[in-house]
Amino acid sequence: MRIYFVMILLISSFPLLSQDCDYTLRGILTDFHDGTVLEGATIIVAGSERSFVTDSEGKFIIHDLCNETYSIQVSHPFCLTKGFRVSVEGDTFKKFKLEHHLEELNEITINGKVVSNQSKTLIENIINKGELERYSNGSLGDVLSSLSGVSSLNTGNTVIKPVINGLHSSRIVIINNGVRMEDQEWGAEHAPNVDVNSISKLTLIKGAGALQYSGDAIGGVIIAEASKVPFKDSIYGKTQLGVGSNGRGMFFNSELIKSYDTGWYTALQGSIKQFGDFETADYNLSNTGIYERNALLKFGLNTYDIGFEALYSFFKNEIGILKASHVGSAQDLFRAIESDRSLVINEFTYDIGAPKQDVTHHLARFKAYKRLGGFGKLKFQYDYQKNNRLEFDIRRGADRGKASLDLELDTHTLMLDLDAKTSNQSNLKVGFMGGYQKNFARNTGVRRLIPDYDKYDLGAYVIGDYQANEEWLFEIGARFDFTKMDVFKFYRTSFWESRNYNQQFSELVVEDFGSQILTNSKLDFNNGSGTFGIVNSFDEKHKLYFNYSLTSRIPNPSELFSEGLHHSASRIELGDLSFNSEVGHKFSLTLERKEYKFSYSVNPFINNISDFIVIEPVSTTNTIRGTFQVWEYRQTNAQLFGVDLNATYAFNELMQFNHQLSIVKGQDKTQNESLINMPPVNTTNEIVYYNNRFNNLRLALQSEYVFRQNEFPNTNFEVYIPNTETYVEVDVSTPPSAYHLLNFNSSIDFDSSERFILTLGFQVTNLLNISYRNYLNRMRLFADDLGRNFLLNIKLKY
Amino acid sequence: MKNIYLLSAIFFTLLLGSCSSDDDNPELINEEELITTLTVTLVPEGGGTSITLSTQDLDGDGPDEPVIYVSSNLSTGVTYNGSISLLNETESPAEDITEEVEEEADEHQFFYTLGSGLDVTINATNFDSDGNALGTEFSLVANDVSSGSLTFTLRHEPNKPTDNLATAGGETDIEASFTISVE
Repeated sequence: MRIYFVMILLISSFPLLSQDCDYTLRGILTDFHDGTVLEGATIIVAGSERSFVTDSEGKFIIHDLCNETYSIQVSHPFCLTKGFRVSVEGDTFKKFKLEHHLEELNEITINGKVVSNQSKTLIENIINKGELERYSNGSLGDVLSSLSGVSSLNTGNTVIKPVINGLHSSRIVIINNGVRMEDQEWGAEHAPNVDVNSISKLTLIKGAGALQYSGDAIGGVIIAEASKVPFKDSIYGKTQLGVGSNGRGMFFNSELIKSYDTGWYTALQGSIKQFGDFETADYNLSNTGIYERNALLKFGLNTYDIGFEALYSFFKNEIGILKASHVGSAQDLFRAIESDRSLVINEFTYDIGAPKQDVTHHLARFKAYKRLGGFGKLKFQYDYQKNNRLEFDIRRGADRGKASLDLELDTHTLMLDLDAKTSNQSNLKVGFMGGYQKNFARNTGVRRLIPDYDKYDLGAYVIGDYQANEEWLFEIGARFDFTKMDVFKFYRTSFWESRNYNQQFSELVVEDFGSQILTNSKLDFNNGSGTFGIVNSFDEKHKLYFNYSLTSRIPNPSELFSEGLHHSASRIELGDLSFNSEVGHKFSLTLERKEYKFSYSVNPFINNISDFIVIEPVSTTNTIRGTFQVWEYRQTNAQLFGVDLNATYAFNELMQFNHQLSIVKGQDKTQNESLINMPPVNTTNEIVYYNNRFNNLRLALQSEYVFRQNEFPNTNFEVYIPNTETYVEVDVSTPPSAYHLLNFNSSIDFDSSERFILTLGFQVTNLLNISYRNYLNRMRLFADDLGRNFLLNIKLKY
Repeated sequence: MKNIYLLSAIFFTLLLGSCSSDDDNPELINEEELITTLTVTLVPEGGGTSITLSTQDLDGDGPDEPVIYVSSNLSTGVTYNGSISLLNETESPAEDITEEVEEEADEHQFFYTLGSGLDVTINATNFDSDGNALGTEFSLVANDVSSGSLTFTLRHEPNKPTDNLATAGGETDIEASFTISVE
């Protein structure tokens, strides 16, 4: 980007004294308003014509300075250029702040506004563009799990769901381009429908930090934002191509943005990714390929007074599910668990057969704003999402090749927000939200996994913050949501009666078909949520954050209505119609130090959740297909607590050490046992060599150690094996051993001409080709995790 | 301020507009591939009364257990011609799944597992196009007086050819055990 910005040098000369001039000035550049680091800013030392660019952490280094006062000029695409006077006394560290005046104008595309609608008293973890690009071949879940406190719940290695402080699925809200994703996210094997390449900034908030969008993020909020468009005449973009050895696949991504100084802009992005069967350290994982296609188009206008943006994005993903995981009865499951390798190992192929998922997600959004004099800003947004999820099982006869699950979810949302600056020290935001959602299950010859329903939402929120002085900031917010569900569901008569629903809910019956009963339930939920927080910036380097958030989540369709065999888990899952909302109380404290040499954050938290919905085994049942374990959802009181730790230490301007540690413990307080699927303790340590004087060469060696999870509920059960005439224990709960992975990552830039920057990247994951299994991978019962992978990618920025 | 009123008016109109839904009830789905009933018919060679073994589980994965029925005991020294019939009785009329299995003979196989007490000899008598066992038809010789369990297992996509259930692989479509006696 820097090549587009012509520098105007403020020249002021200083007499050079004869003295030692080998001192270093290190600096970090942040935004004056929200403290985010500014990447890609140009620093010019007046009189010397030496220029430097800030890295992804907003840092820069200037060598060979003398002990005197310099004038430097700092410019950034989205900020007004500013001059600073800096006195250098020996090796010096200094913080610089720029003001986002241009960004004010640019607000609508910058979603910087989204940022300011987030909680100010919860520490955010941000992944910037540079780092995102290292994950271009991966998924959203892959990127997020690089943050402390985030793990992933995997189904194989292509369905990756983020787990924030031990919670996932319906308990996490994903905001993609300002739109809350509605993509059947309740399912543990439903990956988020977001293309990593369409976003340039990813923010993680470990709490209910975005009351504007929702009050039900018991686990946390993930905000994916698109590229910022500068307010100037320009045309730019990038193209990336990558190949990977494991899965023998490639990805391609390209984007082009045209902007005008009148405020008009348009952007186009597309990506495609295809991999065949992946492999473990020593065998092929049959039917684990992936074929993903994405496109995004947007255009809009920004001016100071008014603006709008229209956006459409398309996401389509076809994912193979490990063939060996498609098991019949518990007897089959036992065979799979007892075998030390996957039971189905075929030749490598790019073909994706059953079982597989084929998901299409359309997202269309229109938003506009109007500034109301000195009072504030009024914003309006309408979005529409259409999600079609097809799941294919191995079927017989005429149904072969036909989906077993065909769900269509349509969601319309309207939002009206008012942001008001009530004084120089305080802000107030209020807003309303209305939504309508329709879920429709097509007849596939398999009973509906979740029923057809209509859902109506109405919400209102108010958030205020008050900056008392340099040191103290207070924030308080509240939200109310009303949700109505109108559900048509067929129950098996035998289940309806065994649950006593025929006594309890007889008024819901619409029609009795003999073996099945059609019911119509109308469920109303009134949910309150809120947040309160304080930030104390007690000195230049340190900040202390405290936040309390109250969240309420309505039970999801599978918790309410599941009733039947869950194929990929080989178990029968039963929901409960009488569930009420889950309510979380999360307290979080963070001590943060930001400095050039040594930075850290320590973030302990405790999350008490009442009416927490868990699923656990209750019995086994015999069917003509064999024995199955029966799992039932139940409400209980849960407590999750833990700590996330981040630290970085710069040995010198070239070498840096990064450390992360995440610990989380989950307890069912009612039954006094551990919660299932809690991420084991894990720690990541990384040494990074980065030389901005040699083509931005970056070499990183990372060690990832995952401990064994020792706290888990025992859900093993016994099953009769006719062959041996014995009862055997099916061990579905014992977590796998600890493991240690080494990863290598490198990149180098070549400025081939004034107009282009070429970046070459080379990565190796699982460098030592270790065989391991991950507790949070649902496929761990059937096969090992991924073996070594070499990835090569080329990026051209223009 | 006019704008606020205007926008909220649009907002609620759209919202209320979207609230009117059609009240068509969803259609009933019967499981197409469900096997509710397995019936084994044993016809004695040289005539006599046939023996029927059956298991019926009309609610599939539902809470009701299968109902198991054995019509009578086997007689020593008799060879029986056995056949297996599979039905989906949730459909009306009941759908014959045996046909489907026989059409896809190369992907299916019935295995017979004998409990340790039972003294019978059992072998498949029908085969797929590759000459590998399918086993919806079989012959059963009742040897000495004895009793024990007899289990019929239908595997989808086993590693054919095989006669060993333990290493056959594939996915279990049916596993039905009967306690029978030879007298």
